[in-house]
Amino acid sequence: MKDEIEVSEEEVDKLYKKLNREAEVGGYHLNPDVEHTKDLVRGILVNEKRYGYWNCPCRLSSGIKQDDLDIICPCDYRDPDLNDYGTCYCALYVSQAVLNGEQKLGPIPERRPLLEERKKAQTKSAVLSISSLPLPVWRCKVCGYLCARDEPPEVCPVCKAKKDRFELFM
Amino acid sequence: MEMDHVKGKNKGHISLYALSTCGWCKKTERLLDQAKVEYYYTDVDLLQGEEREKAMKELKRWNPACTFPTLVIDGKCIIGYQEDEIKETIGI
Repeated sequence: MKDEIEVSEEEVDKLYKKLNREAEVGGYHLNPDVEHTKDLVRGILVNEKRYGYWNCPCRLSSGIKQDDLDIICPCDYRDPDLNDYGTCYCALYVSQAVLNGEQKLGPIPERRPLLEERKKAQTKSAVLSISSLPLPVWRCKVCGYLCARDEPPEVCPVCKAKKDRFELFM
Repeated sequence: MEMDHVKGKNKGHISLYALSTCGWCKKTERLLDQAKVEYYYTDVDLLQGEEREKAMKELKRWNPACTFPTLVIDGKCIIGYQEDEIKETIGI
């Protein structure tokens, strides 16, 4: 059985404009290849309707949000991939160098660890603690933004990732 | 596993494992369509249950990381939209 989900051009245009605006404000850039970028935006919208979250359009969703948090767009791997390759895995986001035509854009290797390794890493991650801190420090796993407050913000002010993408840092 | 069939010139047996939402997969499909070659494809995200398991098992044999697109041309596996390598392998 196949489930085909329809997304209108208006929906794609609307989200494309929003992402473009937010990217530029936050110091990021969408891929200037608009056909490719809109294909990806359409994929994000399909995934939103199908799974209830913005699963990366170029990676297979497990259908379980908790297991896919790291690949909710923008994914945890976008920034390191922008640093190393000038593009995220999908080429939705690109670096200034790519935008200027100084760096060639192409497919890049998958940085996301395999499922077994991801599970291992989860059980290992220990939080550094400085007991004298008056407030916990939260870190956005997408862009690295840090803030000291009782809870993480609803939305990261830099990259717009949602609250559930924050980890306790200190 | 049964794959969807696209008619065209026979340039060897070409199978494409893709996601319906993926931009690089779309580029790969467009390249094959423009070259008017015959190929078989499956959008793994549209499969469910047993069908998906079967497809993933097959894909894993070629590409243990199970990333998309994965293209298999006469037993040669090309991972990702490697435009030049695909063209060269197919002879287009």
